[in-house]
Amino acid sequence: MKELVWLVPLFPLIGFLIIGLFKNNFSKKLAGTIASGAILASFTVSLGIFIELLSGAEKTFTYTLFDWITSGDFSVAIAFLVDPLSSIMLLIITGVGFLIHLYSIGYMHDDEGYAKFFSYLNLFVFFMLLLVLGNNYLLMFAGWEGVGLASYLLIGFWFKNQSYNDAAKKAFIVNRIGDLGFVLGIILIFITFGSINYADVFGSAMSHPSNEPVIVLITLLLFVGAMGKSAQIPLYTWLPDAMAGPTPVSALIHAATMVTAGVYMIARSNVLYSLSPTTLTIVAIVGAVTAVFAATIGILQNDIKKVLAYSTVSQLGYMFLAMGVGAFTGGIFHLATHAFFKALLFLGAGSVIHAMGGEQDIRKMGGLKKYLPITYMTFLIGTIAISGIPPFSGFFSKDEILAHAFAANPLLWILGIAGSIMTAFYMFRLFYLTFSGTFRGTEHQKHHLHESPSTMTIPLIVLAVLAALAGFIGVPEVLGGSHLLEHFLDPVFEDSKLILFTNHLSHSTEYMLMGTAVGILILVILFARNKYFTNNEIPKSDEDKKSVFANLVYNKYYVDEIYDAIIVKPLDFLSGVFFKFFELKGIDSIVNSTGKLVIGLSDTFRRLQTGHVGFYIFMMVISIVAILFFNLI
Amino acid sequence: MITSALLFFPLLAGIALFFVKGEQVKKLALSAALIEFFISLVAYFQFDKAIANAQFAMSTPWVKSLGINFSIGMDGISFLLVLLTTFLLPLIILSANRNTYKNPSSLYALMLLMQFGLIGVFTAQDAFVFYIFWEIALLPIYFIALLWGGAEKVRITFKFFIYTLAGSLLMLTALIYLYFQTPAPHTFDLQTLYTLHLSQGQQNWIFWPFFIAFAIKMPVFPFHSWLADTYTDAPMPGTMLLSGIMSKMGVYGAIRLLLPIAPLGVQNWGTTAIVLAVIGVLYTSLLAMYQKDYKRLVAYSSAAHVGLIAAGVFAMNHQGLSGAVIQMVAHGISAFGLFFVIDILFLRTGTRQINELGGLRLVAPNFATAALIILLSSIALPLTSGFIGEFLLLAGIYQYSGMLAAFGGLTTILGAVYMLRSYQSAFLGDHTTVSSNFSDLVKEEKLIIVPLILVIFFIGIYPKPLMEIAEPSVKQLISIIELSVK
Repeated sequence: MKELVWLVPLFPLIGFLIIGLFKNNFSKKLAGTIASGAILASFTVSLGIFIELLSGAEKTFTYTLFDWITSGDFSVAIAFLVDPLSSIMLLIITGVGFLIHLYSIGYMHDDEGYAKFFSYLNLFVFFMLLLVLGNNYLLMFAGWEGVGLASYLLIGFWFKNQSYNDAAKKAFIVNRIGDLGFVLGIILIFITFGSINYADVFGSAMSHPSNEPVIVLITLLLFVGAMGKSAQIPLYTWLPDAMAGPTPVSALIHAATMVTAGVYMIARSNVLYSLSPTTLTIVAIVGAVTAVFAATIGILQNDIKKVLAYSTVSQLGYMFLAMGVGAFTGGIFHLATHAFFKALLFLGAGSVIHAMGGEQDIRKMGGLKKYLPITYMTFLIGTIAISGIPPFSGFFSKDEILAHAFAANPLLWILGIAGSIMTAFYMFRLFYLTFSGTFRGTEHQKHHLHESPSTMTIPLIVLAVLAALAGFIGVPEVLGGSHLLEHFLDPVFEDSKLILFTNHLSHSTEYMLMGTAVGILILVILFARNKYFTNNEIPKSDEDKKSVFANLVYNKYYVDEIYDAIIVKPLDFLSGVFFKFFELKGIDSIVNSTGKLVIGLSDTFRRLQTGHVGFYIFMMVISIVAILFFNLI
Repeated sequence: MITSALLFFPLLAGIALFFVKGEQVKKLALSAALIEFFISLVAYFQFDKAIANAQFAMSTPWVKSLGINFSIGMDGISFLLVLLTTFLLPLIILSANRNTYKNPSSLYALMLLMQFGLIGVFTAQDAFVFYIFWEIALLPIYFIALLWGGAEKVRITFKFFIYTLAGSLLMLTALIYLYFQTPAPHTFDLQTLYTLHLSQGQQNWIFWPFFIAFAIKMPVFPFHSWLADTYTDAPMPGTMLLSGIMSKMGVYGAIRLLLPIAPLGVQNWGTTAIVLAVIGVLYTSLLAMYQKDYKRLVAYSSAAHVGLIAAGVFAMNHQGLSGAVIQMVAHGISAFGLFFVIDILFLRTGTRQINELGGLRLVAPNFATAALIILLSSIALPLTSGFIGEFLLLAGIYQYSGMLAAFGGLTTILGAVYMLRSYQSAFLGDHTTVSSNFSDLVKEEKLIIVPLILVIFFIGIYPKPLMEIAEPSVKQLISIIELSVK
């Protein structure tokens, strides 16, 4: 099966080409079927590969298609790497991807751009698969920028609306900032190790000392790329805006897969990062701070998708915290469980928005439980899972991260707990405001409330099962499990374990941490229940006065406005000044006056002759050429 | 033999076209350009990819008294640029065929003469022959801009002409100096010039006349001020020739003459040259951000791209040079494509002002998709032609200085800013009064766009057939340089 790995990205590529080129010639139904079928085919092959890895002795396999770029010592191929890490990513991308394609058949049913939408989704999956399958950094980068393109196209899917286009452009440009760091990192890897193939790089890196400056620089540059793609401080601002895209896009690209690419990149480069404890510390701090910072914003948002968007930023922060404290397996574990429960939550939100006729403000919802029972049940499961209540999946993955964080530095654990308290609060706030109480929308909306069609609810149910149970692949030893995921991923991370020293916690400490976390979370959930279920509190409308601090948080700390004032505006100002002052009044007028001087001098001679200076120069050149040519003949 | 065919066929065809009357000149010009392209394809299949030196070479005595030989031939670097020229010319003629120009026979004749001049520059194996073609290439484009240009054509073309002529006179002076450095009987033969091994002091000063000549042609900051006016004011075929092919003459000159003849001079002044190039990259990117005229915007963006190529060349290492070579091809293709998109816009709406357009994607989805692909290749999206070169260039510059690579790399961000802004303004949103009747691509336009897009992806995904042509020549150039520098 491993030899067929090239089929995995090929199916969606073919799907994209067929739908993209012939979309005017076939029905909506066919477009949706082709696109979903392509991903299902990829999933089948991915599953086959996974099972083979699970049972076989060979844990890594490279499939080379052809040479891509060769220049002197630099050489890179289009080649795919199959190993436990990439095969897990394949399953998540094609599995969740397929469910979201299926969901989109129902969700996008009435959209004019239906076929175009599916062609873009297939294109996205193709690039995402390229990103995780590449056996070298440049191919990862190709997928990396490719998913950025797909994201750009899908955020601005309804391109008549210029504010959506602004969001799409912002996503692309902010990502480009990160990408420059990534590219420079790749170049420095080439200069340092003479190759950018993972196997060569990690092989020769093992002999380098810890915290060597060049490796610190490499890992920092790569991390700049990760900050862009995975929306970490300070490059996170594009992700909440990206919610302008259709909701399945938010679920697939801006929650489950693309935004986790940065986490994948660090996990893939775990050897380099383990050699650079300085960078790891920075990664851990950025992750933990992002986790808390984004969660605070989530508490006061009233747009159902914005809450989930900030939640995604925050959860990605946990994954980086995991990477930063050397819990590579924990980070990938959380990446997987998050893919399930966040995709579920977004799709649930989509089902709600669908029923509400496009309304996204939770203050205008309420009481949807009885109209959308399946959405309600599955959303509840997602909410419990993300909040970290055992035995749902989020509990296990988050617990693993927090335990490692505590072992590294209790302060990181405190940040982690603070973030997860806020997570439980804003999620249950969202849940109660949406589904319980009485309906607060218009009569017209109420009349149209309905449960979504089965193409939409089936993915919800499947994801809910995964969100509930996926944690059992990583039950820690302390709870009597054997952490299947860790064993499976061991070949990928074993080298790091030789280099990186990590503290281990005693079982009693682990029990205590776990108990504290769960205890606090239950209290927080009860508090949210009391506030939004028992007392039916509704967030204030935008016109009402808020406290200074609430205002600050509600307006997302004005970070967008700050960036606008210190980066965007000055840049535009500079370009105007350069053009109007330097270019037209400066350089060009120097050139022109030099020219005038020459012409002025030639004016004296001009009295002797008649005609144009240019003409004489021409005649001169032409005569030279003519003479020489006659010479030739 | 085949080099002579490639060189003289456009000359003969061009002269013949002067005497053709009426509309049939369009078809004849296209046929001539296609025949030329076909000859270059034949050459491609005969080209030995293992050889670094010039192939299909020929040499006959020319000015015997001065020991000048008419020597031409193609090494890998020459040949890639010849291929670019022969590939683009039919497309440029096809795109010109959609318009009506006064005196069409003269215009088409000049375009073919331009091809003659360009191929002469790219195939010359003798510095004097190089110089002559360098001047010859200037004449047709001067007349094209002067006779078919916009409102201010006289002032603008005069500036362009004097500017570039000043540069080439500097180059001529330097060449004559070199000529007298060769052992008697003196020669302009390139291989002899490569083995002159001038002293450090000589190389330090001879760097400048060459550098200024090439810097004007590319152009490199601060010698760029002729560019935007000339590109914007010239008729579209002229602009395409200028940015698609002619802007490579300066880079090619630096690779062919400056680096092998004065490597120590380049080493000495390398930082100055690269810093100027990188300043130019950022400066022109910022100027592009301010433009509302689409043609002028692309003109500045073209300068930014060529600036990065220049920086890669002066870094004098393998990745910088092969990046420069492949990027010259890629930039030629995307620059032509962008100007073609603007030509379509202007022909349909009568305006190039970005703000007056809008919503084209609603009314012309195929055109909008094609434009997006070309635009993405120009901002170096991986798997399009623009990426390979830009990555290798940055890798080359990084080996010279990480800081300069980081600054130069900012162009990938600024490029995304001005390109996506312009795309959003012209193609997205709702349609305006100007754009509501815009029709989608017609057959003649698809005939240009489709091959262009195929080539963009082909080079982006599988550049090997092109890169391996230049690889031995780049390697040899590096060894010539290293021989002096070490």
